[in-house]
Amino acid sequence: MAVMSYGEAAKLAIAEAMRDDQRVWCVGEDLGRGGVFKQYAGLREEFGPDRISDAPISEAAIMGAAFGAAMVGTRPIVEMRFADFALCATDELINQIAKARFMFGGQSRAPMVIRKPMGMWRSSAAQHSQSLEAWYAHIPGLVVVCPSTPQDNYAMMKAAIACDDPVVYLEHKNIWALEGEVDTAAPGEFGKARLRRQGADVTIVSWSDCANLAESTGATLAERGINAEVIDLVSLWPWDKRAVIESVKKTGRLIVAHESVAVGGFGAEVVASVAQEVAMRVPPRRLGAPRSLVAYAPNLEDQLRVTEEMIARAAQEMMEAEAA
Amino acid sequence: MSLRNFDAGKGLERLVLMERIRAFEEAARHAAVEEELVLGAIHLSIGQEAVAVGLLESLAREDYITSTHRGHGHTLVKGADPAAMMKELLGREGGCCGGKGGSMHIADFGVGMLGANGVVAANITIAAGAAHGVKLLGGDQVVVCIFGDGAANRGPFLEGINWAGVFDLPILFVCEDNRYSATTRTADMTSGDVGARAGALGLNVTRVDGNDVEEMAAASGEIIARIRAGGKPEFMHARTYRLDGHTYFDPATYRPEGEAERMRAETCPIARQRDLLGAAGIAAERMDAIARAARDEMFAALEAAKAAPWPADDTVFEDVQDVGSPALEAF
Ligand SMILES: Cc1ncc(C[n+]2csc(CCOP(=O)(O)OP(=O)(O)O)c2C)c(N)n1
Ligand SMILES: [Mg+2]
Repeated sequence: MAVMSYGEAAKLAIAEAMRDDQRVWCVGEDLGRGGVFKQYAGLREEFGPDRISDAPISEAAIMGAAFGAAMVGTRPIVEMRFADFALCATDELINQIAKARFMFGGQSRAPMVIRKPMGMWRSSAAQHSQSLEAWYAHIPGLVVVCPSTPQDNYAMMKAAIACDDPVVYLEHKNIWALEGEVDTAAPGEFGKARLRRQGADVTIVSWSDCANLAESTGATLAERGINAEVIDLVSLWPWDKRAVIESVKKTGRLIVAHESVAVGGFGAEVVASVAQEVAMRVPPRRLGAPRSLVAYAPNLEDQLRVTEEMIARAAQEMMEAEAA
Repeated sequence: MSLRNFDAGKGLERLVLMERIRAFEEAARHAAVEEELVLGAIHLSIGQEAVAVGLLESLAREDYITSTHRGHGHTLVKGADPAAMMKELLGREGGCCGGKGGSMHIADFGVGMLGANGVVAANITIAAGAAHGVKLLGGDQVVVCIFGDGAANRGPFLEGINWAGVFDLPILFVCEDNRYSATTRTADMTSGDVGARAGALGLNVTRVDGNDVEEMAAASGEIIARIRAGGKPEFMHARTYRLDGHTYFDPATYRPEGEAERMRAETCPIARQRDLLGAAGIAAERMDAIARAARDEMFAALEAAKAAPWPADDTVFEDVQDVGSPALEAF
């Protein structure tokens, strides 16, 4: 086991995959200098400019061309720089990549990893801060991953590169430097949640950086005598519905917390799926951003954040509601 | 086309291919209009057959093409089986895409036909990428990307062609200019010249009479040989004319009076090829027999399609994805 950052972990996974398989290559703006978040630093030196490829500022062409190259037998890793810019390549991802295999009756595959750094990060304002994971979970044909730790960013990147489906790979920009132990022998598995904390009182479900918040909330709650079970979904499609349902059967209480806008968010999917199968002791809670826009000023930015205190308060209220 | 250097044998082969496209589409139209068996929209390329035939004859089976919503001709010339294509148009089992795509998503990867597309211009970046993949894998295939005149006004035209230029990719972009974008005269919505746009992006541009199959074949053969030898992308602007409506149910009344009739009389590529072959001494009866054989072949394909069953209901859950597949997991 080695300690490394979230960003380095994904880079290691990519480097290993590229050594193993000549068909794997990376393409995106500024990759030749390591990428905007240095996620590719040093890779060009090892793999050369064809496999760590620069690209014009042409998001539609980056996505579309990588798809064409996938159809003829390569395995591209597509860098979108900011999840927000990937919206310039929406047709390519949603209408082409996600649908081709089906529309062509199984004749083609799109073994691609589409990296989209997401989330609130340092006063980046409304066009550089979005979390749109729910959009992608809504689209048949896509796999959706939101890792929150170095371990998962290593293991899920490995799994994503090996996968024959297109994987929308959403890394959180705020945690590139987050350090943790990485066991390179532990394989990543889609649809397998990570139990971040065990507890019998309330189930807290989250993903991406918010899962880290949920875990620390679990520690805070323990000090207040509440034992939370914290589940990090890691992948949203497929998602580990079984693990969540089993947990809620045990606790009878469910909180879902995510950074993205609550309305129409994936939290709603989790709550609805659980509600169809489990009679809960108290109504479930969903915590997400209000339906407003991420602002530049730090105090305004903070207005949209789900905080540890909000999650903790929800848990306490659920415990008290029943006691009353 | 003059008779000097005219190879009548080759000319006849081209006539055969054009007649097969025409017959396929007439059979498809018959299935749609007379028998109401084609459920979705189909876009016919009647009048444009010379582009597909002349353009694609110098490609090998391993070479790739991407096409548009108006792609039956391209697909047929690339080598797809007309019965499988017709089954696809009728949404039947055994269709090239298992009845999941229909006319607008027709594809046959086995012959290098990487798909028609229901989104105008979307195939341009994909084709550039296929060429990029060929280059990365060290292959020697050439990619031909065919799109309409309307597609030149979408962003992927710029992004895809620039991409091919930047990475020196083995691809020929072909604007199949039939003068209309759905019900709009494309010239009214286009600033400047399409070929000039590609020229400004650094590509060599060739302008061709797309209704002259001999000129199409000669120009395409030279360009594709150059691309195969040197790997540099090129651009072709092929002028043609859509003799029928945008879809089979479009009466195309927006065209100036008499335009379609005049074009049908003067520029139909099949009629022109027959004239040329006639002048070279080929008997009309022989050419009539070619047309009849094509018709018989394509109406037989239609019969085969009509006899095919609907795809099994549960195939709608297949080939969505491996991970999180609706066929495997009860979500
Ligand atoms: C992005 C997009 N916009 C609009 C349409 C609707 N549409 C289908 S075909 C067509 C006209 C395309 O014209 P052109 O590119 O010249 O091709 P042609 O139909 O003449 O072969 C339009 C507008 C579409 N399919 N995709
Ligand atoms: Mg047109």
